[in-house]
Amino acid sequence: MIYLIDITLLVFLIVVAYAVVRVTDLFEAAMLFAIYSLLSAGLFAMLDAGDVALTEAAVGAGIGTILMLAALALTHRYERPAPGRNPTALAIVIVTGLGLGYASLDLPEFGAADNPVHTHVAPYYIQQTYDDTGVSNLVAAILASYRSIDTLGEAVVILTAGIIVFALLAPGAGRGKRTSTTRSEEAE
Amino acid sequence: MTTILSLFNYWAVIALMMVGYYCLIAHGNMIKKIMGLGIFQTSVFIMFISAGKVLGGSTPILREGVTEYSNPLPHVLILTAIVVGIATTAVALALAVRIQEAFGTIEDDQLSEADPEDAAGQ
Repeated sequence: MIYLIDITLLVFLIVVAYAVVRVTDLFEAAMLFAIYSLLSAGLFAMLDAGDVALTEAAVGAGIGTILMLAALALTHRYERPAPGRNPTALAIVIVTGLGLGYASLDLPEFGAADNPVHTHVAPYYIQQTYDDTGVSNLVAAILASYRSIDTLGEAVVILTAGIIVFALLAPGAGRGKRTSTTRSEEAE
Repeated sequence: MTTILSLFNYWAVIALMMVGYYCLIAHGNMIKKIMGLGIFQTSVFIMFISAGKVLGGSTPILREGVTEYSNPLPHVLILTAIVVGIATTAVALALAVRIQEAFGTIEDDQLSEADPEDAAGQ
């Protein structure tokens, strides 16, 4: 049963991702991208990652789509259609995919409880978190208690990104049209 | 059959990665490139979350009557990655908007035409 939902969602994801790449109307692509984020949130919920599913649905499908639409409102709606297939890109992508596919044969079995990832430090967190922190949500406890400095670093990254976006888009000096003529004038 | 089922998640991740990677290389429109990067990014998230899943386990929130939980560590990593990913996407989109304002286009090839010296690396 779990495999059925898992495989269905993954096939949907691949179909929607292909559609995002194919459509030339960027508003359609933005909406399809929101569907893609929401589908991946469903997949995360199915794979027992409740917190990740909530975050992906709120941040990926919500804020991400708003940002895309805001950027589209300030640029063009339609993408210039690509001049046919790009054989170089296709070759690079297929070689990468085949290499990773070969490597995937060495990966441990999906969902087995004795995989290396589950036998190293994970049991400590599952057994000791409640005694150490008194929080029953393990993901929240690790994020905000054991790895709180990491989370502070993440907050610094978001602050930096916010400052950069403000600096790029704030009205003021240096804002305006820069064409190739002004550029060559500046060089002189 | 069991092998195919146990590897299906990884293969789907690789397929998604290939779609996103192709979009990133072959499409000239910057917004489309950013979407391709988003697809690529999500494929990596799915890879990590798949690795954290234990069949028969449950969501890692401690409660009565549940003994087996999925691994919470990949969830923590990906939670951070989602938030940082959206921050970098915001910066990329802001840059695209600035390029549109300065040059009137966000298509790669038209930008090269608008500034041939820059395109030639001079």
